[in-house]
Amino acid sequence: MAFVNMKSKEVQAKIVYYGPGRGGKTTNLEFIYSKFRERIKSDMVSIKTHGDRTLFFDFLPFDIGKIMGYDVKIQLYTVPGQVKYDATRRLVLKGVDGMVFVADSQVEQRKKNVLSLKNLQENLAMYKKSIFKVPLVLQYNKRDLKKEGIPLLPTETLEKDLNSQLKVPSFAASAVSGENVVPTMKKIISLTMASLQNVLK
Amino acid sequence: MGSNYDDITFTDYTLGQEELEKIENVLEDDLIRSGVHSVLLIDMAGNIIAQRDNGACDHDLYSLAALASANFAAVDTMAKIVGEEEFSLLFHKGENENIHFSKVNVEFLLITIFGKKVSLGLLRLKVAEAVDKINGVWKP
Repeated sequence: MAFVNMKSKEVQAKIVYYGPGRGGKTTNLEFIYSKFRERIKSDMVSIKTHGDRTLFFDFLPFDIGKIMGYDVKIQLYTVPGQVKYDATRRLVLKGVDGMVFVADSQVEQRKKNVLSLKNLQENLAMYKKSIFKVPLVLQYNKRDLKKEGIPLLPTETLEKDLNSQLKVPSFAASAVSGENVVPTMKKIISLTMASLQNVLK
Repeated sequence: MGSNYDDITFTDYTLGQEELEKIENVLEDDLIRSGVHSVLLIDMAGNIIAQRDNGACDHDLYSLAALASANFAAVDTMAKIVGEEEFSLLFHKGENENIHFSKVNVEFLLITIFGKKVSLGLLRLKVAEAVDKINGVWKP
């Protein structure tokens, strides 16, 4: 639930990156942070363990300028991907306006992607939200690993596993190299803003 | 999916310009004038609804709001786990700055940052008054 301040003509919307552990959610935000360093005034906030795993969330506020006369501030969040952190993961979803699901393209992660997407559906349902209605973009991450000879699932397989019912926009990406990271973000911002348009009229 | 699912819409609450001004006046008159450094009204998703400070604060408020809402939600969940409805006092004490959290209603939180010159007792009193006034402005 985005907040629209009619007085200061400002919109704050929350976009959450979801997906299995070690899938590249934090790396997506880190790339965005480094790419748009001059435009992002505050620091990226990460609550993580000593082992550099996300414990609660990462947070990156991103001022994208004016849309329909409103100053739009996008708040990018990640959730902790590890299965055991489900309670905190659920808290981050509170008030979400748009979602990116970051899937891990490695063959051996196939099952984890499906379980994580199912977990997302369940957690959204706790907020009475349907995964079929939330603005959502899928990202098939780690495509760069193919060069290293690591077996990857073909994007067709990922589409079949994850997107056969959802039918949402999807991107083959590499968060490490930055390939398709920004297009993923742009897509989810435009879907999210479109869903808010009725409010901004 | 069934009709019990909401569409993504902007709000469980609506605040017009007039209500926002009233709330900002409460924050200014009841809290900033009592010596509080900075005060934020945020929603449970971490959005900033209204904000006032004494002009001498330079905190990263958007990050603070995101962390405060998450912190509150985490503590609230802990309360439920140990069988409490909620913990009534949420307060972090520092060397020079302190942070006090107060639940306004099911949607909003009031975050108050204050220094040594304001006692916790006075602050809690002032916050309780402000919360009452804000709830008077905001009618679901």
